[in-house]
Amino acid sequence: MMFTAFSMGAFADSPHLNRERQNELIRLVRQDCGSCHGMQLTGGLGPALTPEALKDRPAPALVSTILHGRPGTPMPPWNHFVSESEAAWIVDRLQKGFPNVR
Amino acid sequence: MCARISILFLALGVLVGCTTPGLRGTGDLGVVIERATGSVQILDTTHRTSLAKVEGLGDLSHATVSYSRDERYAYVFGRDGGLTKVDLLTQRIDRRIIQGGNSIGGAISPDGKLVAVANYVPGGIKVFDANDLSLVADIPAVGVNGKRSKVVGLVDAPGHRFVFSLYDAGEIWVADMHDPKHPVLHKFPGIGKEPYDGMITSDGRFYAAGLFGEDGVALLDLWNLDAGVKRVLVELGRHGEKLPVFKMPHLEGWASTGNYLVLPEVGKHEVIIADQNTWQETARIPVAGQVVFAIARPDGRQVWLNFALPDNDTVQVLDVPSRKIVATLKPGKAILHLEFTPRGEQVWISARDDNRVDIYDPDTFTRIGSLPAASPSGIFFTSRAHRIGL
Repeated sequence: MMFTAFSMGAFADSPHLNRERQNELIRLVRQDCGSCHGMQLTGGLGPALTPEALKDRPAPALVSTILHGRPGTPMPPWNHFVSESEAAWIVDRLQKGFPNVR
Repeated sequence: MCARISILFLALGVLVGCTTPGLRGTGDLGVVIERATGSVQILDTTHRTSLAKVEGLGDLSHATVSYSRDERYAYVFGRDGGLTKVDLLTQRIDRRIIQGGNSIGGAISPDGKLVAVANYVPGGIKVFDANDLSLVADIPAVGVNGKRSKVVGLVDAPGHRFVFSLYDAGEIWVADMHDPKHPVLHKFPGIGKEPYDGMITSDGRFYAAGLFGEDGVALLDLWNLDAGVKRVLVELGRHGEKLPVFKMPHLEGWASTGNYLVLPEVGKHEVIIADQNTWQETARIPVAGQVVFAIARPDGRQVWLNFALPDNDTVQVLDVPSRKIVATLKPGKAILHLEFTPRGEQVWISARDDNRVDIYDPDTFTRIGSLPAASPSGIFFTSRAHRIGL
């Protein structure tokens, strides 16, 4: 948990994620997460992922949900597609307001 | 310039319009959704071209289309609760409303007078006058648990009815629309956990809801509502480990091939062939990934399949008589949808991340055309106007 929190800070403005990979992640979130959460992330079969909807949710728990899914719900684990630091980057951006491909 | 030419032609006794082409039918037209830009292109399957782009349809990250019975108007149901009526002849938006907060699909009544929209937020369906999109009826989907539920799997059915499922509450509702302002509801609670989509057989008799949270399919015989909802295909979902589902299957495409239905498994890389008369499983075919759409060629001989991430670059073709996969194609990046022309001599395929719609010959599996499109998703041809449930 500590490690996750640490990597959150470390990767929030990640020098390790180059622009190309960031754009891939943005596309993944908007297009593929968007098939349940909406391309504008305002929700669909899955809940909204807007900053307002996520403001009281602890980041490490959200990172864990991305990586491991939520058993008993349709949310699948995405750890074959994103690393832990990338999931942390996605959570950070979701909580701040998710960008578009640049 | 245009006005001057018109006057000239009128002087010659020829009637022309400035923005509309001359007389033409719409039976060979359709639309493709451009999901990222909130636009649609109007397609012509005879000349394999795009006739126009119509913009301003809002958030189309999930969208579906029903057609007016004259095949002139496309009703586009968008993610943001937008309902847009597009005129294929003038190539313009005829009317547009925001009717809800977050919607998943829609349907048109058998007489073409009512358009219904299924909403996640606020959970329920709303019914509109197909002509001017004024509200006719509002049906909140409050389940026996007392809560509003997301609505999925909305279809029209013979007998002037709409049928739909309540995702959170696990119910199927039938709305009799003979008196459009006062729908009569028949509710079937306890049908199973998390119905994620529904479909109606092409004869309009059976409504089936796929269950995400349980095995099998909830089936309602619309000829005999008193018999209630039964669980069929109970083997669906059983056997072996469930794999993650990176995109929900769509049941509109549960391919109905006459005697057989081809259904995607949920959480398994298989399709099931079921006998449409007995609703018993007859075969189970391994395929390339989690199926999203299983679309029958109109003659029922083949079923074309596309897949969820990470296999969404693949399309497979199931030969129904031999029950074999006879082709595995890699048509492009992020294949989202397929649509056959009415008699099945072409299949149009959207490749979202290649920004293309490709046209294939289903006899030879070769590409015979390609059109540019911005993040294309669903492709909908006007022949849907005359099919129950679409």
